Amino acid sequence: MADGALGAGMSPTDPGAPAVELVGISKQFPGVLANDDVHLAVRRGEVHCLLGENGAGKSTLISILSGMQRPDSGTILIDGEPARIRSPRDALKMGIGTVYQHSTLIPALSVLENLMLGESRRIVLDRGRARARMAEIAKMLGVEVDPDARTGDLALGRQQQVEIISALWKGSRVLVLDEPTSMLTPQGVEELEKVLVQLKQQGTAIIFITHKLHEALAVSDRITILRRGRAIGELSSEEIRSSTPEQNRATIVRLMFGDATDIGDAPELQTRIEDVEDLGARRLTIAAGDEEEPILELKSVSAPGDGLEPGIVDVSMKVRAGQILGVAGIDGNGQRALAETIAGQRRARTGSVELFGTPVNRLGVSARQKLGLRYVTDDRLGEGIVRNLSVSINLLLKRIGEQPFWRRGRIDARKVNAAALELVAEYDIRTPGIATRAGTLSGGNIQKLLLARELSLGPKVVVFNKPTYGLDLRTTENVREVIRRLTAEGAGAVLISTDLDELLELAGEIVVLSRGRLVGTVQNGRDAAERIGALMIGDGDSPGAVA
Amino acid sequence: MTAVLAAASGLFTQSFVTALIAGGVLASIPLMFTAVGEAISERSGVLNIGLEGMMLVGAYTGFLGAYEAHSMWVGFLTGALGGGVAAALMVVLSVRMGLDQIVIGIAITLAGEGITSVLQQAQFGGAYPRLPAYPQVAIPGLDSIPILGKSLFDQPLVVYFGLGLVAAVAWMFSRTRWGLELRAAGEKPEALDAAGVSVLNTRSYATLATGALAGVGGAYLSVIAAGTFTPFMTQGQGYMAIVIAMLARGRPVWVAVASFVFGISLSLSTALQLTGINISADVINMLPFAAIMLALVIFARSAYLPPALAVPYVRGAR
Ligand SMILES: Nc1ncnc2c1ncn2[C@@H]1O[C@H](COP(=O)(O)OP(=O)(O)OP(=O)(O)O)[C@@H](O)[C@H]1O
Ligand SMILES: [Mg+2]
Repeated sequence: MADGALGAGMSPTDPGAPAVELVGISKQFPGVLANDDVHLAVRRGEVHCLLGENGAGKSTLISILSGMQRPDSGTILIDGEPARIRSPRDALKMGIGTVYQHSTLIPALSVLENLMLGESRRIVLDRGRARARMAEIAKMLGVEVDPDARTGDLALGRQQQVEIISALWKGSRVLVLDEPTSMLTPQGVEELEKVLVQLKQQGTAIIFITHKLHEALAVSDRITILRRGRAIGELSSEEIRSSTPEQNRATIVRLMFGDATDIGDAPELQTRIEDVEDLGARRLTIAAGDEEEPILELKSVSAPGDGLEPGIVDVSMKVRAGQILGVAGIDGNGQRALAETIAGQRRARTGSVELFGTPVNRLGVSARQKLGLRYVTDDRLGEGIVRNLSVSINLLLKRIGEQPFWRRGRIDARKVNAAALELVAEYDIRTPGIATRAGTLSGGNIQKLLLARELSLGPKVVVFNKPTYGLDLRTTENVREVIRRLTAEGAGAVLISTDLDELLELAGEIVVLSRGRLVGTVQNGRDAAERIGALMIGDGDSPGAVA
Repeated sequence: MTAVLAAASGLFTQSFVTALIAGGVLASIPLMFTAVGEAISERSGVLNIGLEGMMLVGAYTGFLGAYEAHSMWVGFLTGALGGGVAAALMVVLSVRMGLDQIVIGIAITLAGEGITSVLQQAQFGGAYPRLPAYPQVAIPGLDSIPILGKSLFDQPLVVYFGLGLVAAVAWMFSRTRWGLELRAAGEKPEALDAAGVSVLNTRSYATLATGALAGVGGAYLSVIAAGTFTPFMTQGQGYMAIVIAMLARGRPVWVAVASFVFGISLSLSTALQLTGINISADVINMLPFAAIMLALVIFARSAYLPPALAVPYVRGAR
């Protein structure tokens, strides 16, 4: 960072030139023009926000800046001078540090080892120095991470903090953050915002990608909006400051998604806690049918965790038809164990899981699926999709071998493709075609694919694990609509989310998970948010609580 | 029946055990060199199935070097070079061009077997010239320990060299930036790339090191153990080394231990043949492989393979 300030003072050519300027960047992938003649200038001491729907080309653009992708055309200027960035190494040498959207931490290595990776000073690793350096950066960020922990054992939110430390470690004149907040707690986001302000004062140029408008408006000095690969609008700091947040929001939404008619109910998109309260009250009355038999019930269920991620302890809950049960909690407090225990991917150690009144402890995943249970995982790339298979096969993955798609052991390509096309249209999955490899889709579109697959088979109970993280506003709203529709049609849902707004918008009753235990139940309504917040941090030293 | 038992009990005399362990050490050295090499490339994400071929090439070039220069050290050097050149092929085709590591590895083994046989035939026309026996080096004091002394501490110099190598590689893995980069290349190459280290270079160096070490292992077979080169003389030891590296989870010290166990079983089959016990030679020769099977059945479940093993790296692909 010291050399960032230095560079600011003694830039030989043009002191007024932006720290980074991308000029006429284009990048074509098979079937998609991911970047189309994009121009982007980022000044020193400025946070420049990149907004755009899923698949708009944000990650592609910053991958070009960080050397992970080569552009088909266009140039990159650093301090006004053309720079050759042909590998991540080149970018790092120029002081461009990046937090990528998909983790670049190695789970099997310790936190410290991950941070030391790429240090080329000496052949023998200097752990002592690294430890001191890490302590220094962690202090500045206001985070506490054990340097010797195995990285894969940390909760995702904690891992994201390590990634940010790692980007700053590499000495950042330019700091690129691709959705760094998707896994952070609200406090974590606040801390990060403070750090950004501090870095700005030191003259760092920052590129910040997020799907949360209020974050963007809170931190950015300038906002560029990408749509289908093109930079179609820019809000300068004066414009941002001279308009009300509502006006800014409206402008951004219009730029991101096109005409307001395109999204129909624009106000829906802006729902914040205030607006949500009546909604919650309304939901309460729906959930009031208390006499009804639960369709999913957990009776004192305990299940093991993995690594440092806690399991669940003595969890009891009921879900009735038509009800959405929210599960609040800071990430890494047993969410995954809970979801997987219900889904059948993890065996309950004690207690019983019951579907429609019958215990299913001994049933495996597919048997529970046959009973109408679905699980929408938060590990989209890992267990959600098979990256190297086509979109169409991924959509029908759970129906392999079933009529009418398979007959006498052979795939009926016509039927599969027809069904896939229908789902792609219904869920608005942005893909060049149904034969495209699923791994190449943007993050948001992978999530839509998962939803389409899980919800297309007449589900009766669905477990959603963080269903909207990393999704753009509209897709988020669509997903929430899907969840609402599902329950309106009589299915039950367990909604595990780290996003309190989401829970307040959807769930009638919210339980709070802390260190694998349910520490309280809150009926949605006035001051539900405060009560949940209090329960969540009730024991402040729970894992992940120190944001 | 009783006759066999009597023969068996008569077998385990002190001198027999000494010879067995000494033979085990000797037999384990080529396995150790080669398997330590394989551990290096496996950790970096390259599955080197061509090890057998690289060993054979090393055995041949090593023999030539020692024969022409009348020095075993020159032999080891040319052996390393030969193995390295064979590995360079793997670097270009698999690491750089991303061709299937298994297919290329098998091709290298087949080519190594063929080429060395043909060259040997062309050069010596059916004769198998022998090298002189090289001196053993006894470690004063230690070599007088009963039974173990003579067998462990009175060995050719290269044996001690091999043990030093194991320690050095173990240190390299855990203490140096190279070790960290190797592990990263095998665990998650995109992370290494993002940290500004070339994945392809890291894997290339690892593969070359593997080839050179397999070459030394091969040279040991021809220069020290047999004193001559015969076609196909590695007899599957390259494959054994792959299994050893996997079972040892790429940890050098365990590679040494496992190599010794397999070395003992190799030397046992030689020893049994010498004692003239009345068991078919084919059965005795199967012993090392039976040991491998047994080890796999017992330990394979816990064998750890790096997630990116045998997956070519292409930047920005997803
Ligand atoms: N390596 C790749 N191979 C093929 N297509 C790709 C590749 N990377 C990106 N794409 C395509 O390029 C387009 C832009 O993707 P990109 O990841 O940049 O979107 P994004 O704006 O970051 O979206 P999100 O908000 O979902 O992260 C998408 O249609 C995606 O499918
Ligand atoms: Mg992205």
